[in-house]
Amino acid sequence: MAAQPANLQKADRHLTVEGRDLETDLARAAAFVRKHSIASIYHAGSGHPGGALSCADVLTCLFGAELNLWATDREDPNRDRFVLSKGHAAPALYAVGAQYGFCGKKDSLRLRKLGSPFQGHPHVLDLPWVETSTGSLGQGVSVAIGMAMGLKLQNKSARVYAMLGDGELQEGEVWEAAMCGAHHKLDNLCAIIDYNKLQSDDRNDNIMRLEPLAAKFRAFDWAVAEIDGHDIAEILKTFRRASATHGRPSMIIAHTIKGKGVPTMENVPQWHGSVKLTREQAEEALISLGAEHSEIRELLDGQ
Amino acid sequence: MANEAAPALIGTSGDSLREAFGKALSALADEFPKLVVLDADIAGGTGVHHFRKSHPKRFLQFGIAEQNMMAAAGGLAAVGLIPVVTTFAVFCLRAVEQARLSLAYTRRNAKIVASHPGLDVGPDGGSAQALEDIAAFRAIPGMTVISPADPVETALATRAILEFEGPVYMRTGRSPSRRLFGEDHTFKIGKGQIVRDGSDVTIVACGVEVARALEAAQKLAGEGIRARVVNMATIKPIDTELLTRCAEETGALVTAEDHNIHGGLGGAVAEALAATVPCPIEFIGMKDVFGASGEPEELATVYGLTAPHIASAAKRAIARKRK
Ligand SMILES: Cc1ncc(C[n+]2csc(CCOP(=O)(O)OP(=O)(O)O)c2C)c(N)n1
Ligand SMILES: [Mg+2]
Repeated sequence: MAAQPANLQKADRHLTVEGRDLETDLARAAAFVRKHSIASIYHAGSGHPGGALSCADVLTCLFGAELNLWATDREDPNRDRFVLSKGHAAPALYAVGAQYGFCGKKDSLRLRKLGSPFQGHPHVLDLPWVETSTGSLGQGVSVAIGMAMGLKLQNKSARVYAMLGDGELQEGEVWEAAMCGAHHKLDNLCAIIDYNKLQSDDRNDNIMRLEPLAAKFRAFDWAVAEIDGHDIAEILKTFRRASATHGRPSMIIAHTIKGKGVPTMENVPQWHGSVKLTREQAEEALISLGAEHSEIRELLDGQ
Repeated sequence: MANEAAPALIGTSGDSLREAFGKALSALADEFPKLVVLDADIAGGTGVHHFRKSHPKRFLQFGIAEQNMMAAAGGLAAVGLIPVVTTFAVFCLRAVEQARLSLAYTRRNAKIVASHPGLDVGPDGGSAQALEDIAAFRAIPGMTVISPADPVETALATRAILEFEGPVYMRTGRSPSRRLFGEDHTFKIGKGQIVRDGSDVTIVACGVEVARALEAAQKLAGEGIRARVVNMATIKPIDTELLTRCAEETGALVTAEDHNIHGGLGGAVAEALAATVPCPIEFIGMKDVFGASGEPEELATVYGLTAPHIASAAKRAIARKRK
């Protein structure tokens, strides 16, 4: 595909909805991502809602505004790459994909079902746009490192993004990758930590302490930003700054709330997963996320 | 096609399989412009110091961090390059899961080439002698597993894996290797070769054990036993067609490998024949024990991997044939 100035392409994508600004659009999209994630996990009868809800805003900003990536031209070798290193947040990725045309909204409700390409964790042979298969924590970021190195080697200006969980940082491989990214000056790489302070069983602090976290990545010579991972304006601004960073990879530590948007789930480790949502819990969650009655029917019954 | 006489063992060439691999990579680099070589601080050990010298821009240093290197190969392949991950076989083991998820499950066109397998490692001792790598990588769906027998075959196999589309695990070797093949040798992934013909028993070997199998066949010939020797350089996918033919024509087999007898070449052969033409099989390899320091030949003697061991196993296999 013909190379165009990247900013023009990014801007073009957001001129689609008349009379609304980008941030309002993204906020609506993120709300959809949360509702769709809850619905797909409800239909699946298992899955990880907490970490899907916490990363929904960042994911939406990535696909809705930051990535040079089009559903219509998935094969473009110059496209930006996104790797969901915390692969268990697949429902959120599928929902974002549905929002931006990479997959069908109804199709992607068939989460974790036999024969469905929407496996419990993203699989690139089923869904090429997920770019690589993840689910084993700590690996996605290394794959992203390889992509960033390979793009640089081939003189491509495309960028690589990877989303990690905070618990995921306990994997030694992440720190191998951290050293590697800095050593090779991968300024085309931007990693985001979904810093929701919780992991599978408990708070990070009770499992294996991460702090001082920003200092760790600074010491590894990454360009580090700490932001509110639910503040869309701040997320967008930080991505812009990361894109302008030279000579170092960027790390965005996004402070988030696990289960964000569903009060009964917020900050409760048990909602990490894998959980089976009852009909009542799913409805209640969708109501908290602002779904109208008709939308609830559509998401939960419209199969 | 095979002849009755063994190919001449041209003696120690001084060239190890790792050297042959490293030199072949450099020689092939211009023909395969997408080829990149990944190293974890042991280029001198794996033979890719040749490539580092000839193609420094395409030589990627990962430091002593094999897990990151293995998964990063998946990323390099995802953006269109052909990554060749190099380290010692034993350190590939710590990145098996990365190879599984980021190379095999994703069906990447990535190659893993491991030097220092088995007792061939020698004096570095038991901790460094990988006896499990063939088993581990063979168990990964879609992973091709290769163990060439001499420098000529290693060079040919290096070309073959670059031409092949998909994930491959290939073993080279540390110690000076005996030349078994002439320049007219051919190598095809998935094809075993009869390198010495015989009708009483078949010795199926890979890697350093092929030379020992030929020696064993020579020895057996002196006792009136005609042993066939198959060089099974591809362990996966195993050449079932050739194996069934050998089972039918010779009625007994010995497998020989510088690896644990569990899960490696012996396992692959047994699986293939159990499902087709069952026959007695004797297994030469490490008998579920770890190695130790020593020269490879000394170790082979202690742990039962030498030509006399193979010859004895051949006689046992023949004795077990149904009358
Ligand atoms: C290598 C590996 N070990 C264990 C798991 C099982 N597991 C899945 S999610 C999870 C907790 C992850 O916590 P975190 O990274 O903080 O994710 P989030 O809070 O965003 O859901 C664990 C232990 C895994 N997927 N991969
Ligand atoms: Mg977490």
